[in-house]
Amino acid sequence: MNKFNLNNSYKAVVIGGSAGSFQGVVKILSQLPKGFPLPIIMCLHRLKHVRNGFVEALSIKSVVQVTEPNDKEPIKKGSVYLAPSNYHLSVELGNYFALSTEEMVNNSRPAIDITLSSCAYVYKEKLIGILLSGANRDGALGMKHIHERGGTTIVQEPSECMIDTMPRAALGVTKIDHTLRTDQIVEFFKELDKKYR
Amino acid sequence: MLDIDIADLKKISELIYQKYNYDFRNYAMSSFKRRVLRILELKKMTVDGLLRKLTDTPNFVNEFLDELTVNVTEMFRDPSFWRIMREEILPAIMLNHKQFKIWHAGCSSGEEVMSMCIMLKEMGILHDVTIIATDLDVNILEKAKSGSYPAKNMELNEKNYIRFQGTGNFKDYYREENGNAIFHKELLANVSFRRHDLVLGDIFNKFDLILCRNVMIYFNQTLQNEVLKKFHESLFKYGYLAIGSKESLIWCDYANRFIVVNNEEKIYKKIKD
Repeated sequence: MNKFNLNNSYKAVVIGGSAGSFQGVVKILSQLPKGFPLPIIMCLHRLKHVRNGFVEALSIKSVVQVTEPNDKEPIKKGSVYLAPSNYHLSVELGNYFALSTEEMVNNSRPAIDITLSSCAYVYKEKLIGILLSGANRDGALGMKHIHERGGTTIVQEPSECMIDTMPRAALGVTKIDHTLRTDQIVEFFKELDKKYR
Repeated sequence: MLDIDIADLKKISELIYQKYNYDFRNYAMSSFKRRVLRILELKKMTVDGLLRKLTDTPNFVNEFLDELTVNVTEMFRDPSFWRIMREEILPAIMLNHKQFKIWHAGCSSGEEVMSMCIMLKEMGILHDVTIIATDLDVNILEKAKSGSYPAKNMELNEKNYIRFQGTGNFKDYYREENGNAIFHKELLANVSFRRHDLVLGDIFNKFDLILCRNVMIYFNQTLQNEVLKKFHESLFKYGYLAIGSKESLIWCDYANRFIVVNNEEKIYKKIKD
């Protein structure tokens, strides 16, 4: 029952995803253990000009209401956050969010690399990074930073992905601790949750 | 991994403050760090190299500022914001004043100013409004003044304009020349572009409307607090302040001197001196 060798010292989970990741995210959020103790910070590629609708769509089946943080908003345990459209989402030392309108990175704003790298910097080994299905290489460098700072890295099993470019890119540049199907990621969250009980 | 520690970032901001009187010491750390890393990468420099260059070559500071400040913007960003401006905020101001003043604080390359002028023209009130547009960076102000933008940006700008439901034809506002879209001079006739530092600068005028969207996200909370005080002082009573759609003022000392007029678009109204 200790498949993933987890402990209760983690401070946050960060998830990146792009094309084909919506289903996986919904599945994870809908089966999240009730009272899950960590903040979940998500950066998913989305249409730049559509500000509304995405967070609502994700919230329908989610155990926890998903919110798009404002700039400087404190990060709370057990909350699920989504990077707002047309802003990069970072985490600051002091455990609050920062938004920015800087240049696109990997043709993306929000860029997964920015969110992942800033989380890696702030949470170091107390971070779990998950990269899901996607059609470009955004997130690979961020996963590398998470690994270098001692965090745990997970990618979605490429054969399960609608488009596997993103997890494969991460597998190509850094050590990935676990390559998991969505249902195994759900199990991972359940095991993690138990460590905090 | 190319990284830079906070001590080095502090050295850089301290040097720029002492030597050139630009104050980045209270900038938000995550983006400030990315901007500095970006410069090191662009100029192929080390931190020590950058410090040396800033010390020895005074001209370099303008180039440095140009890269450090974020100058990415688009016309009619958040079309719904511009609709509220046209349909609610400006009509409310005009109930009391036929002529009024707008401040674009941190105007960057001027896309937002141009959007405002296009909108005012379509409302038939372009000549009733005085606009002051300010930025820290003199190079970017020159760009804003020129009213000339890369033609390749026009596709996105036009899409935003159409979502804003502009009443004209976006293409009528500029002509294309050598890959640039050159906007008609007349649009900026009532705009005065000035160098002004939000952090160290003084209050210089009073306004009916201040736009400062996605500028204060680069400041830490201490600095946001100070800048909000300046905006408060620069607004007439019942004047409006618009900030970026994901910014918030609720934690600032002066927040209770404003009311929220539109929470989705983050438009506030000063109700107390």
